[in-house]
Amino acid sequence: MYLDIFLTFARVGALTFGGGYAMLPILQREVVDNRHWVSEAEVMNYYAVSQCLPGLIAVNTAIFIGNKIKRSRGGLLAALGVVFPSLVIITLIAAFISGFADLPLVQNAFAGIRACVFVLILNSILKLRKGSVVDLFSLIICVVIFLLSVLTDLNPILFIVAAGLAGAFWRQNRKEAKR
Amino acid sequence: MIYWQLFINFFQIGLFAIGGGLATLPFLQQLGLRTNWFTMQDLANMIAISESTPGPIGINMATYTGYLVAGVPGAVVATFSLVLPATIIVLIVARFLQQFNENRLVQNVFYGLRAASLGLISAAALSVLTISLFNTEAYKLSGQLAQFFDWKSIVLAVVLFFAMKKWKLHPVLYIAISAVIGVAFNFAGK
Repeated sequence: MYLDIFLTFARVGALTFGGGYAMLPILQREVVDNRHWVSEAEVMNYYAVSQCLPGLIAVNTAIFIGNKIKRSRGGLLAALGVVFPSLVIITLIAAFISGFADLPLVQNAFAGIRACVFVLILNSILKLRKGSVVDLFSLIICVVIFLLSVLTDLNPILFIVAAGLAGAFWRQNRKEAKR
Repeated sequence: MIYWQLFINFFQIGLFAIGGGLATLPFLQQLGLRTNWFTMQDLANMIAISESTPGPIGINMATYTGYLVAGVPGAVVATFSLVLPATIIVLIVARFLQQFNENRLVQNVFYGLRAASLGLISAAALSVLTISLFNTEAYKLSGQLAQFFDWKSIVLAVVLFFAMKKWKLHPVLYIAISAVIGVAFNFAGK
């Protein structure tokens, strides 16, 4: 059973390109349709909570599902499973690339690819915006953090902690004022 | 000790990067600036490789950075350190999932965190923009504004933006096409 959990999530990791959002259909096929470990609704619920927890969405969702099947050990194995293919593949690629990085061919290719990467990131930001900026105050937080991050060298951890506190105070006070 | 530094740094990233793989980007950027383990250009290449290989982007970036810094053991240390804090947190939250979902304070904290995370990612995107579409080096040397813009890359980016809107193809395909265009039109000027 434990091996089964590891292998299933390793397969999900190996078949997912791009993480988080891309993983969902593959995950659903493996753990809901093929294995009947959890229901469709449970997967969506785990996925939603995973988005607002620290860490990677794909890994967090996997841990939730593993935990559901076999408690903590299931969760750990699911995490190891999802991570395993990346670790092997990326290490091989990194070893390969570093030998060729100085070739003009590779440099030209990567110069083209970087333009593409920027557009991909831009599209992700546009997608994330819907869930993150929901009203004026969250827009203010977002813009202020953006400016501070561009203009200062402060550690991002500081911004995250401050924004969490600001969000909590703002929402909590506004709720009391309404009463 | 390099492994200890990798552990501490990636543990922190795993703990504070909220909202998935891309949220690790601003932290990695800061890590690169602070430690000189990799340049901004390495980081952009790293993103490209992470997007075009299987596996969650955040994991791929950690593995790649770890490898650049300290070889295979570095890759292993960075990857597991990144995942560790989330593993602990998720296993705890899983026990109290119901209460966690309904807790107002938790909701309110995450309301702030998500907005901040988006701001951080946008700032990181801005620096990817400067290294991918502008020639800061050439501009500094010549002082001519026309050389500041990397026209080829800008045209490619605009075309890609609209192409991605129209055809929802897999990112890997767009990356492959961009690589071919980069080689065909000599994007790096080499």
